[in-house]
Amino acid sequence: MSFYHDPLLSRWQPPLRISTEVGWYDLFSRGARDWLRHNQKVRESVEKSLPNLIAGPDVLSGPGGGTVLVPVRLAEHARFRLRDPDTETGAGQGAGEPGQVLKPGQPQQGDPTSGNEAGGGQGDLQFVLELKIEDVLDWLWEELKLPDLKPKSSARQEDQEYVREGWDKRGVRSRLDRRRTVKQAIRRRAIQADAAPFTDDDLRFRQLKRRDRPATNAAVIFALDVSGSMGETERQLAKTFFFFALQGIRRQYSKVEVAFVAHSAEAWEFNEAQFFQTSGTGGTVSSTAFKLSKEIIRTRYDPSQYNVYLFYGSDGENLVDDRELATDSLRDVCAGLNYGGFIEIRPAYGISPETELAGIFSRVQHEGHPLGIARVTGREDVWNALRQFFQEQQARAEVA
Amino acid sequence: MSLSQADMNERLQDYGKRIESLAKSVGLDYYPVDFELVPNTFMNEVAIYGLPIRMPHWSFGVRYIHQLIRQSMGHSRIFEVMFPGNPCHGYLVNSNTLAENTLVTAHVLGHADFAKNNHLFARFAEMSGTNIVEHAAAQAHRIEEAVRNYGQQRVEALLDAALALEPHVDLNQELHRPLYPTHAPKRAEPAKVSDDSFTGRFRHLPGETGRAEAPREHKLAPIPPHPESDLLWFIAHYGPELEDWERDVFLAVRYESFYFYPVFACNIMNEGWATYWHARLLREADFLPSELYLDAITCHSNVVRPFAGDQQAALAINPYHVGFSMWERIVEQQGLERAREIRRDEDDFGFIRNHLDAELTEQLGLFVYEAKSDDGIKIAARDVNKVREAILAPKFNYGAPRIYVGEMRNDGTLVLVHDHVADGRGLDLERAARVVQYVHRPWRRPVLLQTVDNRGSPHELRSGTS
Repeated sequence: MSFYHDPLLSRWQPPLRISTEVGWYDLFSRGARDWLRHNQKVRESVEKSLPNLIAGPDVLSGPGGGTVLVPVRLAEHARFRLRDPDTETGAGQGAGEPGQVLKPGQPQQGDPTSGNEAGGGQGDLQFVLELKIEDVLDWLWEELKLPDLKPKSSARQEDQEYVREGWDKRGVRSRLDRRRTVKQAIRRRAIQADAAPFTDDDLRFRQLKRRDRPATNAAVIFALDVSGSMGETERQLAKTFFFFALQGIRRQYSKVEVAFVAHSAEAWEFNEAQFFQTSGTGGTVSSTAFKLSKEIIRTRYDPSQYNVYLFYGSDGENLVDDRELATDSLRDVCAGLNYGGFIEIRPAYGISPETELAGIFSRVQHEGHPLGIARVTGREDVWNALRQFFQEQQARAEVA
Repeated sequence: MSLSQADMNERLQDYGKRIESLAKSVGLDYYPVDFELVPNTFMNEVAIYGLPIRMPHWSFGVRYIHQLIRQSMGHSRIFEVMFPGNPCHGYLVNSNTLAENTLVTAHVLGHADFAKNNHLFARFAEMSGTNIVEHAAAQAHRIEEAVRNYGQQRVEALLDAALALEPHVDLNQELHRPLYPTHAPKRAEPAKVSDDSFTGRFRHLPGETGRAEAPREHKLAPIPPHPESDLLWFIAHYGPELEDWERDVFLAVRYESFYFYPVFACNIMNEGWATYWHARLLREADFLPSELYLDAITCHSNVVRPFAGDQQAALAINPYHVGFSMWERIVEQQGLERAREIRRDEDDFGFIRNHLDAELTEQLGLFVYEAKSDDGIKIAARDVNKVREAILAPKFNYGAPRIYVGEMRNDGTLVLVHDHVADGRGLDLERAARVVQYVHRPWRRPVLLQTVDNRGSPHELRSGTS
């Protein structure tokens, strides 16, 4: 009768038998209700720690619709408990002499973080939450209080479209409005004797007019320094940042096109998959990336039709000889940008003097170009950088 | 043997009646039992909540999923459940075989006898009335109503605190316990001292005569007047800003905690007693077909198996097995009358300490094991005293650390003290901090908890800072 404190059930294992009948009781299970509530709570707490959970690898995925799997623990309702003893004792039953080993100790493995799963019992069960990327982003934007992106003021960006407006007696056949034409004919016949069924005067054609429409297209160019100094950690951080910056832009615009540019001493355009695999050697000449970006904007993303964003990730090093050229070409690119962000990724350094590229960006920024600079040394900075960029671009859009 | 449900029910009712009259003839003494056939899902609910209908809380959801997992792995199958009262409620699973349910009927009668006669059960029944199932359902209903009135967040925060403190009740107190006296009792007038005593002669010394006694003030008593281990009761009645419905929730949890205690504290005795009686009643029930008797006895030997067939030892004891063996021996050596007295007077503490002797310990192969994370698990001792204490260790103080209210300060700060000396070590600080946080919500003033850290030096946890 006493199954309340129930850990004593695991000794004997009678054959499994599950009722196939579905009784009235199955229709409402309090246990299932409380389990759903538990899951809801886990979901809420996941939302709070989402930035850390999501920043793992392989979340970069195709446009929209994707989901992320987040491993979580069962929530534990805390109670007062003594701390785990060094030696646990208990009563058991069976053969053997005192001193006999029932279960040999496990040799300590090298990784201490994976070893200390002891105790807890209930807490050790893991399950996986599947989260929609859209939901994740909604939470993130709320959690981080990120502002929405501002499209450029409509004066500059004109996207023309045809809208229907009014009717005329002349027009091409395809735009004949039969309903109105018949109405006209009926009206005419009501006041005419021996009227013809239709005359040319009855015909009505829909008219189209050209009208300006604000652009809702966006283009994002991600540029990454892939020279030898950018290691795996740096690239992972850049990837995380790019992923969420892209998702944020996708939230705002109906159609987003993305271009990936990688450079060392030269710059190339890549597709998404290759982009993060690529690595180069040799010097860092960032002007090449700015020039290529400029070229991409010129040929594919006309600033009058696209809201163009550029995010550039680098460890900040650049060839000193390239300084002038880089400054000029950056200035060039900025002319076509809604907003540009420089993410300086230096996980190995703490506070360090201004890098070459940070210098270039801040010079161009001070000239009034829409640029932002953020420093990223670890995962948690990614969110700060995002927040900073999204807030700055909003401030600029309001000034403009 | 496959029978239609109706056919099976009919035969079960027939056997049930005859087993009951057999039970009465051998002296089982119990309130009437209402038997009911229920689906397996009902049993799962009871395994999760301890009661058929109980208040909603997300922590039961965690038990639910563990129960589902255990069940799907075949580790857990619940044959019966019985709630004491007048009448008692006995539930049988409708997917059990006729043989199993016949056995379970006899088993439930054993429990019913135990529940009517054991002093712990009887004491609770006297304090609470004899309708725990209905009472718990009414409490659940009130709490669900509170969810509608005050919102899920508030009720849940309250239950986080109340259920975390579930075992922290003072079982030596009444269920309906009066408040502390508001004033300290007047001190009795000092006894007259005769003049030839030392004090009398002292008073007659020059200069001592004129001293008038200061008038005794009627002082306000401190709250609590003594260390108070009934945390649920204390918070319910002395929470500085607790609303009535919140008080009700704390007292509801306390009520159920009182109910669960006899079940918890008599586990080995009670299961052993019921097992002894189902074995005996079936043996003496000559009206059962032999095929059914054999099936039932197979089921019985599964229940009293100390560990799974393919194993040599188990790191736990099976209360059915140990209890059954002890009762058989007691009846054999001391007679049934003496066994009934023991059933009336003891709980597991007395039962194990007074009646588990060295011979039986050896016969059952009981041992104490030690487990170290890097050293594996080994048998540490087979000495009967050590075995007894190892069996009882998880049962002291309702299986919870000893924590009491030390003081309630003028600003309403609640000071909880952990008796780490009695418990032998400090609390799990991370969990304790979360419980302090839970308690802080309904208490609404600061909550402090004093314990020791893993080096044994004093450590204080405070609500609000984490």
